[in-house]
Amino acid sequence: MIARQRDENPAGIHLPLDPLPGHSSRGRLERVLRRGEFAVTTELNPPDSADPEDVYNRAKIFDGWVDAINAVDASGANCHMSSVGICALLTRMGYAPIMQIACRDRNRIAIQGDVLGGAAMGVANMLCLTGDGVQAGDQPGAKPVFDLDSMSLLETCRIMRDNGKFLSGRKLTTPPQIFLGAAVNPFAPPFDFRPIHLGKKIAAGAQFVQTQYCFDVPMFRTFMQKARDLGHTEKVFILCGVGPLASAKTAKWIRSNVPGIHIPDAIIKRLEGAQDQKKEGKQLCTDIINEVKEVPGVAGVHVMAYRQEEYVAEIVDESGVLKGRQPWKREIRHDDQMVADRLDRILHDEITETQVDMVKTAH
Amino acid sequence: MSETTPAKEGPAVTQATLVKKAAPKSDYKPADVSPQRRVQRSFAVRLWSIRHSRLLEWFYSRFADMFLLLHPLWKGLGYGRVEAPVKFVEKRVKGFMFDCRMCGQCILSSTGMSCPMNCPKQLRNGPCGGVRANGNCEVEPDMPCVWVKAWEGSQNMVHGDKILTVQKPVDQSLRETSAWLRVTAQSAAARETAAKANTGAAA
Repeated sequence: MIARQRDENPAGIHLPLDPLPGHSSRGRLERVLRRGEFAVTTELNPPDSADPEDVYNRAKIFDGWVDAINAVDASGANCHMSSVGICALLTRMGYAPIMQIACRDRNRIAIQGDVLGGAAMGVANMLCLTGDGVQAGDQPGAKPVFDLDSMSLLETCRIMRDNGKFLSGRKLTTPPQIFLGAAVNPFAPPFDFRPIHLGKKIAAGAQFVQTQYCFDVPMFRTFMQKARDLGHTEKVFILCGVGPLASAKTAKWIRSNVPGIHIPDAIIKRLEGAQDQKKEGKQLCTDIINEVKEVPGVAGVHVMAYRQEEYVAEIVDESGVLKGRQPWKREIRHDDQMVADRLDRILHDEITETQVDMVKTAH
Repeated sequence: MSETTPAKEGPAVTQATLVKKAAPKSDYKPADVSPQRRVQRSFAVRLWSIRHSRLLEWFYSRFADMFLLLHPLWKGLGYGRVEAPVKFVEKRVKGFMFDCRMCGQCILSSTGMSCPMNCPKQLRNGPCGGVRANGNCEVEPDMPCVWVKAWEGSQNMVHGDKILTVQKPVDQSLRETSAWLRVTAQSAAARETAAKANTGAAA
């Protein structure tokens, strides 16, 4: 008999956890963060397919290494499976997804509907984003919506949760129980406004934030120092965004083509000087995690390993941020295992069982 | 948040570049800016206004007081009737000064005199994460980020901390209406309720 894992509903892995006092959601991520454990989140590369197995296979490689998985909402304005769709699949399997909501594609009517739908499926965490401009993606001719912005989206979700009302004031029968997240980018101008901007997001309802890729640790330290001075770190859990760079070439490309990602020259030099650039990129990521985990006020890391998802487990393991803790892992249940074993025996072993034999073996 | 599409090997190109390259060739190539920028190409005056945000703040507060003094006149003529001429003036004045987009719910005083509707994402609560290292917009690489400028402008203003207010989403049904008249009517109403409360308390 397999022992039940921590943060799992005994009635079924897909069901919400017991409500705890002071918690606004019934999810695993909030529990981990509020217990003061160092949280690890990651991002699922959304498939361009209608096959649920694609999502399950991509989630499986994170098993037992992360506390929550971001379901991205057409990141970079490129078409992919929707975040709601990915969340529907992940929650079925007991994973803790963070549903990203971007303001680029939907207006307030659609978004509020998705918040309710997501929460009903068991999504406990939602990340409110502005979203990239349409010109960044594969459909530059699309109409940019941007009806809400990340701040008013946060506020809308908070009003739905805490006041039990739509933005219009119409009542909800059951408000969504969600843990609200936001994104911050300490590495883009106006630098002195960024910590204040974070305060604004907290005022709007953010309970956790994930930062943009951190490659410049001193810059991140300065940001955190200011955030601490303003008292933000007591009100919000900050997860530092990190990720491996595949090569110096990729790093240069990202630096000149992806706005908002700041990569210092020293990083590129270090990658260029390495024999195996991919390995060095991974090592660099581990080193950055080791540095940022010591920064006071950092509650976790958000590992974004785009197209290198297989390294997430190694990076998390090598950096040792979990300190021996094992996040929830999807395990086959005892009774399911029995059925599977039995079917396997019937299918593969050349035996003909008769009722008489079965009774005999049973005694 | 990883909005990148770096191909596995070699210098990667974005999907958008591929899409643009695949488009049928023609002699007419419009400027590669957003449709919003096509309406209004230059932003020199707008930047001047932000540099002089303190002066404009002072001026606007006098101007708003004057509009409020004229409340009986607006009411007498009928707010609905004066809307068209006032909007005509407002649209041209603010259009020249701030590249106003007539959202009808002006928050210039809270955004350092930098009109947030000029942001390609029309963000009203602060910059997005895509601001370039030189402080320019991610969508319009040659245009300074509206919010970088807003932060600069608000630093000069007396009530610059208004930038910290969380703004409500834009009410699209108020577009192309006069914000001046709306603010005037609202403050007049607030003044009346305050007066009523005072007399009520006195009695």
